[in-house]
Amino acid sequence: MPFEWVVALRFLREGRLQTALIVGGAAAGVAVVMFITALVNGLQANTIKRVLGTQAHIVIRPIEEVARPQRDAAAGESVAARVEARAQRLRSIDQWRALEPLLDRTPGVVAVSPMVSGPAFALRGDASKSVAVLGIDPARYDRIVAVGEKLVAGAFRLGPDDAVIGKELAKDLGLAVGDRFRLLTAETGTPVTQNFTVTGVVDLGVRDLNRRSVYVAFRTAQTLLALPGGASQIDLKVEDLFGAEELARRLEAQTGLTVESWMRTNEQLLAAINAQNLSTGTIRTFVALIVAVGIASVLVVWVVQKRREIGILRAMGATRERVQRVFLLQGAIVAVVGSLAGSLLATAMIAAFLRLARNADGTPLFDTITLPPWLYVAAIGGALVGGIAAAILPARSAARLDPAQAIRM
Amino acid sequence: MSDPLIELAGIRKVYGRGTDVEVEVLHGIDLAIAPGEFTALVGPSGSGKSTLLNLIGLLEAPTAGSYRFAGRETAALPEREITRLRATSLGFVCQVHHLLPAFTAVENVLMPGLIAHGPVSAERREAARALLGDVGLGDRVDYLPRKLSGGQQQRVAIARALSIAPPLVLADEPTGNLDTHSADDIFALMRRFNETRGTAFLIVTHDPRLARRCDRIVSLVDGRIAGDEPNVRSS
Ligand SMILES: Nc1ncnc2c1ncn2[C@@H]1O[C@H](COP(=O)(O)OP(=O)(O)OP(=O)(O)O)[C@@H](O)[C@H]1O
Ligand SMILES: [Mg+2]
Repeated sequence: MPFEWVVALRFLREGRLQTALIVGGAAAGVAVVMFITALVNGLQANTIKRVLGTQAHIVIRPIEEVARPQRDAAAGESVAARVEARAQRLRSIDQWRALEPLLDRTPGVVAVSPMVSGPAFALRGDASKSVAVLGIDPARYDRIVAVGEKLVAGAFRLGPDDAVIGKELAKDLGLAVGDRFRLLTAETGTPVTQNFTVTGVVDLGVRDLNRRSVYVAFRTAQTLLALPGGASQIDLKVEDLFGAEELARRLEAQTGLTVESWMRTNEQLLAAINAQNLSTGTIRTFVALIVAVGIASVLVVWVVQKRREIGILRAMGATRERVQRVFLLQGAIVAVVGSLAGSLLATAMIAAFLRLARNADGTPLFDTITLPPWLYVAAIGGALVGGIAAAILPARSAARLDPAQAIRM
Repeated sequence: MSDPLIELAGIRKVYGRGTDVEVEVLHGIDLAIAPGEFTALVGPSGSGKSTLLNLIGLLEAPTAGSYRFAGRETAALPEREITRLRATSLGFVCQVHHLLPAFTAVENVLMPGLIAHGPVSAERREAARALLGDVGLGDRVDYLPRKLSGGQQQRVAIARALSIAPPLVLADEPTGNLDTHSADDIFALMRRFNETRGTAFLIVTHDPRLARRCDRIVSLVDGRIAGDEPNVRSS
């Protein structure tokens, strides 16, 4: 073993209590940082997963028709014009078929699914409910919102006269798989009705969606909503969740259509997440700082206590640099051992937390809370950097010691 | 006479330069030591013996004068080279407590080699054990210093100083803390290494009895060399 290692390890072994203290401090710090990071990331992932369970990452719609005042104000003339927003009529995205391959090729987009959606009434016997007709290709749409996973009965299969409906709607209309009902639309002014058979019932996790959603085949919806050959929106799934807004802005510039990302539609949630990240970031920084200061102060005392030994080593021909490295190495060793212990501790803490946080039926409450490998790497790497940084000052003061003075004592 | 191992000319040492406690401790020392010489350095307390030893040991730099080690002017050497000379060419034996308390006897003996030549090989470990055997501590190699008596610690220190086979060993009152019997033993030990290996020794001592057993006695009074004569060995 090289000189620096021999001396650093022996000094650490000799100063048992001090070593235990700083290793313990580093371990506790690393454990706390890892635990809150995993916890907060997990809870955030859980929330986002819930929100995005029923939403596309990006939705492309036709340009909204903008209402304009009837006449422009001439110079110097003030016009009291009340501008009423126009009721948006159901329209198709221009040239959406040409757009599709372009979206498919866009890097970062993992799934594309066109949709025709619009309002309708679901009728059965005397009961009628206002619903949203969602015309989709099940295979493609399933990649955007995993409807198949959310079935409570039947299958996610859509023939020309099939419908998959939300579970609240099924209850309201007394429908079960195999039952029939009618949809009534009036997009053209003359009401259109069509009979459907329920092939599946889904639980989308949100009461309102469960009450209003009626999935039908894409072509069926085109006829029903009087948009032959059209698509009222295109849903996208992207690779990088938090890059969705940026991608949306790019697509908007590229296509001139209205492009909205989940980040825009859930601004409050994102603001909350950012605030949370800021506060956990602050906590992490302070914990790291406290641990580093702790290590540094113990090492400073250590250098004072070891003056004579350092002097002897210098007299025997150890250079200043080597003496400095001994103490830097001590900081590094303490940090690595401490962070290894700390990450074990964090693993145990997370396991204990997951054991406690369970649903009534015993399934885990948060399956998104994990300790990913990068967190271990980051914790140990961060501790290493911090440990060495903490040792810089003490190491310098050790290197500055005058061997003649130390030896005369 | 062969070329001197070390050669001091007009060496002065001033402490506290530029402060109001400025004091010149050595006032122009001329001294040469030949390879293999066994020299005693004597003088009253405060005369500057330890200071001179520190200068010769390259632990401190003189304020003025020339100090040549093996023909090279040390003032011209960079710190790195000075440190390397300490690691490879000088051994130190001090009065007290200068073993590394966290390391066993054999580890203390191995330390200069570890510093000068890198990681310890099995042969070096064996040689260190043999050296401890030579100083009569063959059965104490794995003891920590605090479990050894003062005389035994001093033997370890001598073994350590000799471990890299330096041409010169500097000993500052190596027997100062020991009873007469142990002091004789330590002294005899150094003499033996001097005779068998040709290592030069410069030994500070207050004990006239021991000084008389050296080849040469240099006496320092008040920062000046007051006497320097060959000694007809009395033992
Ligand atoms: N670092 C220093 N700063 C100021 N003065 C010093 C320093 N080191 C030594 N001195 C002074 O130099 C003088 C010589 O000291 P030195 O230790 O060399 O004496 P010595 O001959 O070894 O004495 P002793 O026999 O008591 O060990 C003393 O007066 C001492 O006070
Ligand atoms: Mg002295």
